[in-house]
Amino acid sequence: MKVVKQYFSSLSIFSKPLAVLAVVVSLLLTLPVMTVVSQWFHGSFDVWGHLSETVLWGYLVSSWWLSLGVGLGVLMIGVPAAWLTSLCDFPGQRFFTWALLLPLAVPAYIIAYTYTGILDFAGPIQTAIRSWVGIENTPLWLFNIRSLPGAIVMLTLVLYPYVYLLARTAFLEQSASIVEVSKTLGYSYRQTTLHLVLPMARPAIIAGLTLALMETLADFGTVQYFGVSTFTTGIFRAFYGFGDMAAASQLSSVLLGVVILLIVLERYSRRQTRYHTVKGKIAQRIPLTGSKALLAMVACGLPFVLGFLIPAVQLLYWSLVKAEIDKDFVALAWNSFYLAFIASVIAVVLAVVLAYAKRFYQRKRIVVCAASISSMGYALPGTIIAIGVIVPFSWLDHQLIIFAEQWLNIDIGLLFSGTLMVLLFAYTVRFLAVSLGTVDSGLQKIKPHLDQAASLSGYRPLTVLRKIHVPLLRGSLLTALLIVFVDVLKELPATLILRPFNFNTLAVRAYELASDERLIDAAPASLLIVLVGLLPVVLLSRSINYSRQSHINSTSKS
Amino acid sequence: MPMGNVANLVQLSIDDITVGYDGLPVVQDISLTLGNGQIGCLLGPSGCGKSTLLRAIAGFEPVIMGDITMEGKLLSSVTMTVPPEQRQIGMVFQDLALFPHLSIAENISFGLRGWSTAEKAVRVKELLALVGLPSMENRYPHLLSGGQQQRIALARAMAPKPKLLLLDEPFSGLDASLREVLIPEVRDMLLQENVSVLLVTHDQMEAFAMADKVAVMQAGKIHQCDSAFNIYHEPKTRFVADFVGQGEFLRATIVDEFSVDSALGLLRSPHAHGFVKNQSVDILVRPDDVLHDDDSDVTAEIVTKQFRGSHFLYQVVLPSRQKLYCFASSHHNHALGEAIGIKLDLDHLVMFAESS
Repeated sequence: MKVVKQYFSSLSIFSKPLAVLAVVVSLLLTLPVMTVVSQWFHGSFDVWGHLSETVLWGYLVSSWWLSLGVGLGVLMIGVPAAWLTSLCDFPGQRFFTWALLLPLAVPAYIIAYTYTGILDFAGPIQTAIRSWVGIENTPLWLFNIRSLPGAIVMLTLVLYPYVYLLARTAFLEQSASIVEVSKTLGYSYRQTTLHLVLPMARPAIIAGLTLALMETLADFGTVQYFGVSTFTTGIFRAFYGFGDMAAASQLSSVLLGVVILLIVLERYSRRQTRYHTVKGKIAQRIPLTGSKALLAMVACGLPFVLGFLIPAVQLLYWSLVKAEIDKDFVALAWNSFYLAFIASVIAVVLAVVLAYAKRFYQRKRIVVCAASISSMGYALPGTIIAIGVIVPFSWLDHQLIIFAEQWLNIDIGLLFSGTLMVLLFAYTVRFLAVSLGTVDSGLQKIKPHLDQAASLSGYRPLTVLRKIHVPLLRGSLLTALLIVFVDVLKELPATLILRPFNFNTLAVRAYELASDERLIDAAPASLLIVLVGLLPVVLLSRSINYSRQSHINSTSKS
Repeated sequence: MPMGNVANLVQLSIDDITVGYDGLPVVQDISLTLGNGQIGCLLGPSGCGKSTLLRAIAGFEPVIMGDITMEGKLLSSVTMTVPPEQRQIGMVFQDLALFPHLSIAENISFGLRGWSTAEKAVRVKELLALVGLPSMENRYPHLLSGGQQQRIALARAMAPKPKLLLLDEPFSGLDASLREVLIPEVRDMLLQENVSVLLVTHDQMEAFAMADKVAVMQAGKIHQCDSAFNIYHEPKTRFVADFVGQGEFLRATIVDEFSVDSALGLLRSPHAHGFVKNQSVDILVRPDDVLHDDDSDVTAEIVTKQFRGSHFLYQVVLPSRQKLYCFASSHHNHALGEAIGIKLDLDHLVMFAESS
């Protein structure tokens, strides 16, 4: 009797609607990941054998070179840029502090299309060089941007801001005393930088690097367009080209394994950063003059010019002067915007549900667990999520069809597959972590004491919510909406795979036009994506200035 | 005795220096000497320029005027500043700044460049024993308590045997009870290493407990540089009298070259005070100068009282509205408003011209 009672009391949580909702939502959202993970265990050996004999090795090798190249590239750009803008003073330092973030607004596939247009065989640069050397009519490729090295450069140019951002925070948080102590112990500034400043920022730099690598592995548009065979293109080809769901799933599960490794590494590094920072007064920036200042300007200017300015100006020029704008461009933009808007509303509403469930039931492990497993889709390649969504929904569709035929004797067709609902579900899986993170950190800033103080002043719970939470949370909710909105707008592979027949978005249209070698006509859609993508980057750059400001305030008080 | 001679040697000499930021002087015309093996202290309220002075000695700030020399070697002058890394001056910072990614042994041996691994290990062991944290070599800073971090920071600064050790508010991050234990211990460690030390603090108890010599600073100037005893009992300026210790100023009028007239009667100074007759002066009266005596003719009314365990600190008011502080044994528990007998016990008079 006692055991039964205990069992039911452990279930008592299910009498709380909010907690139940949180648990159900999180279970639903883990469905795609679980689907892919399950491939590790019951995939057929035939498929495995076939894959390993044919494509698997090639995918591994090119993914490896791509990751290695991009990894080195983002470190070589991101770390010096962060060091220069946070610890040195040179002309343009303030400008570069935020300008270096701008490439974040450009999706990798868009920068790839743009540079292909500029640098390709028929593009203005190579044509100019050939005519200058006098070999106009020779079909000589001076260089081919559509290659593995080209993909490395493209991804590096838009992904270095991850390293830049985290390294910058680490450098800024280092106490000035560290450098001074080191000097009193006989180390010069250069030796101090080598022995202390860089090693202390290492965990943050590694965290930034893992983020960049996750994005690299998730990239589909660039490698697809450049003809580099990586996992994402392999999955896409297996699914689209050969309709081989089994192979697509198995490849997804391998990629998922690598991504999970990266996620673990990222979490670990982030934890380490706590032990690697000594907060204190901010160091005086070292003034650079002459050739050193010039070098600093080049090191910060080049990534900005190549990663943002040139592509943006080129897109602007093509869009305004040369492009043939689709007659249904407005409809295209409308499709993208309302899809992104609905997705972001869903993601934010669910984030609010989960964040509040976590707040109210923080002692119920199941609820806290639910909140954290809902974030699992974070940083998973859209290709994996698409496969993880298709498999269960098509299974469900088939079951329903069989059921309807047998019992109702009607043909209902596919109810879910190929609908916007499935696409929205995939977006939610992928981007819930973004909205949950933002909403949760906003909610955590509202300390429970505020609620208690308001209750003690005689306010009822709903009034507390209205008078305290709504105004304090509004900013976080809007930020979450905006970030998810932009992420959905940029998302390519999942949209490409899951979209309803003949349903186009800006990203898909840009992809299609680029695939048809109509790079210039792809410009208006690309430009619109970049412009909207700038909004969260502006927010981000304001917040890093703000956090530095509050950091200064808090240290000057002591 | 040779030791005596060594102690008389001047280790650090500061000659008439001015230090400032952007041309604005923060400390002005400062002169100071520190003997070999001596522990000196710069004491003053926050913003008085004591940390700036310390940073100039360490070499982080250039001097606008004057010279800094150590062991006869010029460190800073208007035209040159030896960089901090070449000064052989150790420093412990307010935020300690232990290197978070290095173990305790690596922290301590960080400054021991050019030493062999074996020499390093010996020195680390020696210092860990000195600071009372033996066999902590392989721990990491974030696992240590505040007091332990403090000791490691000290060990790290002392490791290369610096010619001078600077301590910038070294105990300010610690809670009061820990400070009380740590300060005398740290003083012992410093004496054992026989290192010359200059300490900066705003806490007079810290200054008194640590230093052989205290320089009281205010608004970029040194008011008085003396032993802690003299600073307390014979303050040279009104600021020092006010800033160091508790006390009230008793208004009085000069009668002749030895005597003054006050609300507590005629007071005599053992030596000529140098004020002119009929001039109004303020006499510094510390709580320990006022004794509670039931038999005294002079009575005063209790305005406030603080129980301090071993004694009471009463603030009393004389019929002339003059307020004074008075220590009384904790057996003498009187109520607020009660009149108690008091008696002055001054062995000398500390007088300042009446404040305008």
